[in-house]
Parts: sequence; C-alpha cells; structure tokens
Amino acid sequence: MSKHRILNTRAPRVDAADKATGKALYTDDLKRPSVLTGAILHSPLAHARILNIDTSRAEKLPGVKAVVTHREAGTTPYGVSPARYDETVFCHDKVRYVGDEIAAVAAIDLDTALEATSLIKVDFEELPVVLDGRTAMDEGQPQLHEMYKNNICAQVHWHFGDIEEGRRESHLIRTDRLSSKMQDAAFMEPQSILAETESSGSLTMWSSTQAPHYIQRTLAMALNIPLHKVRVIKPAVGGGFGPKASCSSAELATCLLAIRTGQPVKLTFDREQVFLHSRARHQFFHTMTTGVKKDGSLAFLEHECLLDGGAYASFGIATIYYSGSLLGGPYRLKNMKYDGHRVVTNKPVCGAQRGHGAVIARALFEVQLDRIAEELGMDPVELRLKNVMEAGETTCNELFVSSFGMREALEAVRDSAAWKKKRSSGGKTRRDGKGIGAACGFFVSGAGYPIYRSRTYHCTVVTKVDEVGGGVTVSSGAADIGQGSDTVLAMITAEELGLNLDDVRVLSGDSSLSVDLGAYSSRTTLMTGHACREAARDAKKQILEAIAGKLEVPAETLDLREGKVVSLAGELDFSRLRKEYLQEHKGFSDLPDTPQLTFAEASRIAFLELGTIVGTGKYRPPPLGGSFKGAKVGTSPAFGCSAQIAEVTVDLETGEITVGHITGAHDCGYAINVTQVEGQMQGSMMMGMGEALMEQIIYDNKGRIVNANLAEYKIPTALDMPHLDAIIVESNEPNGPYGAKEVGEGAIMPVIPCILNAIYDATGVRIEELPVTPERLVAAMQAAKSRRG
Amino acid sequence: MKKIVSVTVNGVLHELAIEPRRTLLELLREDLGLTGTKKGCGIGDCGTCTVLLDGVATFSCLTLAIQADGCSVETVEGLAEDGKLNRLQQAFVDHGAIQCGFCSPGMLMTATELLRRSDNPNEQDIRRAISGNLCRCTGYQKIVEAIKAASEDTS
Repeated sequence: MSKHRILNTRAPRVDAADKATGKALYTDDLKRPSVLTGAILHSPLAHARILNIDTSRAEKLPGVKAVVTHREAGTTPYGVSPARYDETVFCHDKVRYVGDEIAAVAAIDLDTALEATSLIKVDFEELPVVLDGRTAMDEGQPQLHEMYKNNICAQVHWHFGDIEEGRRESHLIRTDRLSSKMQDAAFMEPQSILAETESSGSLTMWSSTQAPHYIQRTLAMALNIPLHKVRVIKPAVGGGFGPKASCSSAELATCLLAIRTGQPVKLTFDREQVFLHSRARHQFFHTMTTGVKKDGSLAFLEHECLLDGGAYASFGIATIYYSGSLLGGPYRLKNMKYDGHRVVTNKPVCGAQRGHGAVIARALFEVQLDRIAEELGMDPVELRLKNVMEAGETTCNELFVSSFGMREALEAVRDSAAWKKKRSSGGKTRRDGKGIGAACGFFVSGAGYPIYRSRTYHCTVVTKVDEVGGGVTVSSGAADIGQGSDTVLAMITAEELGLNLDDVRVLSGDSSLSVDLGAYSSRTTLMTGHACREAARDAKKQILEAIAGKLEVPAETLDLREGKVVSLAGELDFSRLRKEYLQEHKGFSDLPDTPQLTFAEASRIAFLELGTIVGTGKYRPPPLGGSFKGAKVGTSPAFGCSAQIAEVTVDLETGEITVGHITGAHDCGYAINVTQVEGQMQGSMMMGMGEALMEQIIYDNKGRIVNANLAEYKIPTALDMPHLDAIIVESNEPNGPYGAKEVGEGAIMPVIPCILNAIYDATGVRIEELPVTPERLVAAMQAAKSRRG
Repeated sequence: MKKIVSVTVNGVLHELAIEPRRTLLELLREDLGLTGTKKGCGIGDCGTCTVLLDGVATFSCLTLAIQADGCSVETVEGLAEDGKLNRLQQAFVDHGAIQCGFCSPGMLMTATELLRRSDNPNEQDIRRAISGNLCRCTGYQKIVEAIKAASEDTS
C-alpha cells in the first residue's frame, strides 16, 4: 500500500474537465477589446542580401495600424545561449532561410494584415545557398554568419579515459553510421501570441510558450524594456515538445506591434508557419566506433557527430553537447571520445525537441550494441544487462546516477514481452518478416544549470492559504504545456496539507507569479516539485503553530490529515476554536460536523492570529558536473532510464513496416501520478515511432520545405500505433521529491533503436538513414540480396 | 456580400449574416465565441476542428458556414448534460485520454458519432474512427481505452 494518500494514484488531471468541455482557453481563444491582428512577412529566399525594404504601400493600405521592420525593432542580438546571440527581431542585413522574418504588420483583420505584408517591397541580392550540412564546413562554401567561420556554429571535443587503452583491451571493434532528417515537433496547437500594453508602460504577453521566464528576459532585452515591466502569461498550451521553449521573432514582433499601436495585437501561426519557424529536431550524422572485450563488456566509444542546425543557433549549442554527453550512460563505459560539430545552413532553424540532442545518437549506439551482440553470439538483452550501470556510479564524463532502475526496466520488458521465447536463439535473426528488438536509454531529470549564467533559483513556489479558510492557492511560474505539471503541484500540495485535490487551486505559467525556468529538460516534477513541497510544508507549519499557540500545546504534537487537525498526543479540546469559527459563520450551511477541527476552521483561525499565511519554497540544484569545457551540459540532479521492446512485421515485397506492439519500462523514481507517467511513456513511444518510420522534412533545391503540412509530413495516426504497454519502475531517487524524477523525455530514447533492431531481426537488413520508409527498406533489401548473389 | 445563415448550434438557433467564403469553424469560433472547437491546420489534415453536422463528424475548417444553413451543429460545448460531463467526457478524464487537450474537442466529437452508430466498437473500430484526428501527446492508447470504456458503460 502506498505511504501516501494522494500521491502515487491515478488522480484525474486538474485541467481535464475544462479541456473535455471546451472551457480551457488557449492563446488563440483569448479575446480583447479592439484587438488587432498581426501578420509576418517571411523571406521567400534561402539566402540573400537585403538591399532595401519599402513599406510605404503597406502603410497606406486602409486598416493597417503599424508596419515594423528592423528600423523600428532595432538590431539587438538575441538567441538562446548568450554565447551565440545570432538573431535579431527582423532581418536587417541578410535573410538566411525561407521563412526568415523580415517585417510584421498589425491591421484590423487578418485579410488586411496579409494583404499589407504582400505590399511590402523587398529588394534582394540573391546569394548562393548552403543546403547540405555535410559540406557546409568545406572551403569555398558560402558563409551564413560572420561570427561562424566555415559555417561552424559550435564544436565539442571531449576525451574521457583513454581511447587507445580501450582499443588495446578490445576483442571486437566495429564502426557504424546513422543519419536522420530534420523533423517537426508537430504539436497540435500552432503558436499564438497576444500582446498588450498598459499606460504605465508595462507589457503583457500571452503566448503558447514552454518557458515564460526565458521569454520574459528575451523580450525585455531585445525590445529594451525594463524586466519588471514585462509579464509573460502562458494560457493552456497545446503541446510544445521543445520548439516552444525559445523566444520567437513572432513573440517579439507582436509585442513591438502592441507597443507601437497602443492596442492589443494577436498573431497566430498557420500550420505552414509552424514548419517554417521549426526549432525542432536537428539533422544528425553520427559515426561511432565501439570496442568490446571478449565477454561483451564495453571497452571504448569513439563518436563523431555532425549536426545540421539550419540558419541560427537557437538551442543548438546544448544540442551538440547533449549528443555527446548522454552516451556516458546507461552502460559502464570508461573510455569515450567525442567530436561534434554543429553547422549552419540556409534552412529553417533546429532547436530542442523531446530527448534533446540525444535521440539519434542513442539510436545508433543501441543498434551498434545489437550488431556487436550478433558478432559475439550473445543475446542483445544479455549484452546490455552485462553493461548497465547501477545506482551510485558515475559516468566517465562525471554524471552521477543517484538512483538507476536500468537493470529492473530491462528485465521487466524482457519478461513482459516474452523476449526469450520470441527472439531466435544464438543471435541469429529470423529474416522471415517478423522481428523483435530491444533498446535502452537514459535522460536528465532537469538541466543542472540555467541557460544563462546565473545563480538563480530554478524555481520558486508560493502557497497562500485562503484567508477565508478551507483552501489554498499554489502560485508558480511553471509551464503546464499538456504534460500535467499543474496536477503534480496540486497533488503534492494536497498530500502535504492533508487536503483533497479540489481544495487546491493552481495558478501557473505566469512570470509574475514566481520564477520557474519552464518546461524543458524534463525538470518540472523534480525541481518545481521540490519547491512546491517546501512551500506547502512552510504554510502547514504556520497554521499548526498558530493553532498550537491557541491550544497551548507544542506544534509538533499536531498534524493536518484528511482535512482535519489531528493531535498526536492524546485528545484535545477544540471547542473554543470551533465556537470562534461558528460565531463568524452564522447563516452558513456547510459548517463543520466532526469532532475534530477541520482544515477550514484551522486555516481561518490561523489567519485571524497571523494575517495572510504564505508558504514559500525554492529549488536550485547543487553544483554538478566536472570541470572540463562543456561539463555542465548533461548534468542533472537525477537521471531517468528506460528500456523498450518492439515487435514488427515487415512485408518483404513492399517494405511496409507494421509495429505490432511496444513494451516499455521506465524508471521515474516514484510515480506522483501513475496515469500521467504512463501517458508520457506512451506519447514518447508515438513520437519515436514516427521518427523511426515516417517523419522527415523534405526540401527542394532552393531550401523550401516541400511538405509543410500534416498530410505530407506524416505523424502516426491511431491506426499506425500499436498497443503500448507502459511498465513503471520506481527506484526512489534520493534527490527527487518523494523519490520522483523524470519521465517526459527519457522514455523516447529506446524507441527508434528498438524498432530498428526489430526490423533487422525481421529482414536481416540494417538501414543507415532515418526514417525507415518502405522505399529505403526495399532498396536496402534488394541491395543485400544482390550482395548475397 | 453577406448571406443569412440559420444554424442550430448545440440546440440553440442562430441567425447570422456571414460572408460566403467564411468557414463553419470561423462561424463557431469568431461569430459565436465557441472556442472549444480548435484550428490545428485549417486544411483538413489534423481533425482538431471536428464537429457534428447533422450528426456526421465533419471538419469545420473545410466546411463553409453557408453549407451549414438549416443544419444542426454539435460542438464540444454541447456535450455536457445538466452541467455534468457526459460518460464519454468522464471516461476521457478518468482514463488520462487528455494531455494538452488541443485534439480533445475534435476527438470527443468523432467518438460521439462512433458511439451513436455502434454499440460495441472493438479496438480496431475505434482506431479507424479516430484515424483522422491527430494527437501528438498520448500515443492514442488512453484515448482508445476511454472510448472503449464509455461504450461499455451503460449506466
């Protein structure tokens, strides 16, 4: 039985009823009086010098209230990583991808705004383009940015342990490659922004963002407004998965239009703009050389990675680091060398997406483990079990895993999916069109450091007890983008204060409520959960001290449980306090009817003693990581880990792949909400399956996206998805609240490789380019056949 | 030139003057303020705008408002009964079928149509019915479970 009353249950989400009735308001649902509509002029060219921008005809169009370009916006550089501020609100010298923002318009309606953008005349001098990341660094290639010599935006060179020693120890060494295509996060809600100014000069922006705090900072910096005058509010958000974590030109432009017109301005992307703005998964080219000893234990990994990041840096610095650092686990690996380059090209910008930076690297490494197992004649699951790390170990790149249910997760999927029965013996693949494959992965449970260099608390929470008694309001800047963090905060608060879930109101996603770095790096349950628990305990202490003072007993002898004050030291006479409460509630019908003092009474009387009771909590991870360059990326107070097994059927004639079943087990430390943990796992399986089999942005030779819509950019439908089994492993993380850690991203790590390994088992063919479309698979099967003769 | 459109939405008759090129989605969201119905793509790819038009699940982004003249439209706002979630909505809440919630209104309307025409849909029936409604959060598993549970709940 659970030691908790509210936690570790299947409590329904606090926002579910509003979302099931259409009451939940997303940014585009918000209404303001006299609101104007914004529109953006995007670059039609992938690379060109801007010679002149003439907005005069647009300005004269009736109904147009403002037209803004770099002249109005200024050219303060901004971006995600302070070391790579390479964007400006609007392009001023050059455009660098099809979709780059040149100007914006506010008008009385969308038709007028769009017509106005079409009347802006831009004179370009077209420049040669860089479209292939693999050659972007070559001598003589066109240069995108002065600050990125040879189009290299970032590079990482790491060497942990001793690769040469690893080579000498190796019995078997093999080199493999895997590349992917750029992807789209394909969240259902297109980005939407509503901005409004007050006569005091304050600016409020509602936005479908994942990170109100970072956006607040970027707006203030790039638009030159005092930070405290900028408020960012996140209404309900229809998914983010990473791309909504960075401040966009559209957010900056909408705010600028609101400032210049003095009227509210709303701007909502259409689906094509979602694709153009992108900031989703990079294109990865990985090469790995791995050596193992005779018994299958890992000796070394030499890893080269090239990232095509599109036209600007965005989150890409973190991406290139994550690509390397997150191969430090979940297996014991003493010697690891990593050389990574992130290049810029004239394509839409890549950034963070679920499993940031690590997904394709993980895919190749897990494929390589399977190939090694086959050569050694070992079972691939056994090979992994031989190498998995245990809690208390540190990776070669100095990541400490304080809890680690990797072995339990792998054994759980092995047994649940009847691996031993289904997998053919002796490492031989079946090649009969049916296959089964396994893989593992791990991920951070919150980035150890903020994006900008600071000692800031990563989050604070304010829990105010209703002065009238009975309920509490939790205020937090945390961003619930659909993953369910509001529910987690409500559950923690209800647990600590002995309340029911519906006695707790959660206000969140507003930069004016508290500091919270936002929904990225799978950080909220662990970090904001800590702060939330501390705030609830602080409020509880104040209530109990006030009551204890009235009763003249030690506060330690009182507790709040199931909506009541309980005495741990024998019965207490609450009648005087009840009388005081009843006296001021004449005419009320919902009066206390138990012998014990209710929370409503206790919290009211505590208010009468103390005034408003506010509990506060905060969290900041301890200093983490090594001292080498880039050591901070990949650090985390805890690491979640995941194992999955996929079963597939391949039509050997057409190459059509059907995933019949995925069994996943994830170590989330402790499941605060069981249903939500399963939901994160299943959602991760879906995104990973899409990336493995169907998702790819396709460009023409001028850098234009050919499939910027959800029909031709395919994501899995309900018919594509198999039954998904989600097994929860709980390892009781010492650094997490109640033992909890992440599930949002770790669960995507094994998806792609377990499917790739299953396809190999089914066909005997390895694919080195994702996604594995039927065309690619058929071509590979035919090539293999002709090689065999 | 505007046309007069009479449309019954969630049981209430509305008479509106509306440009012929405007969509049913715009009529619902902008003219009637019923923002429960979502616009995820505007071109019939995602299913978030699904409503029931004379009982048939329909993409309101691909339907002109004037095509709904004389018709009955049901949206997510009309599903609750006597201020309480109906059994399908309750099943979505209880089974964790809702995460970000942006696909939920359309998903609920498609499932409503399915449950009206089929007493006991199996998993494949359910998956086929909602295959035009994209969801990026759930992997569909809990949505399928919720619809199945609602179909079995005869209370």
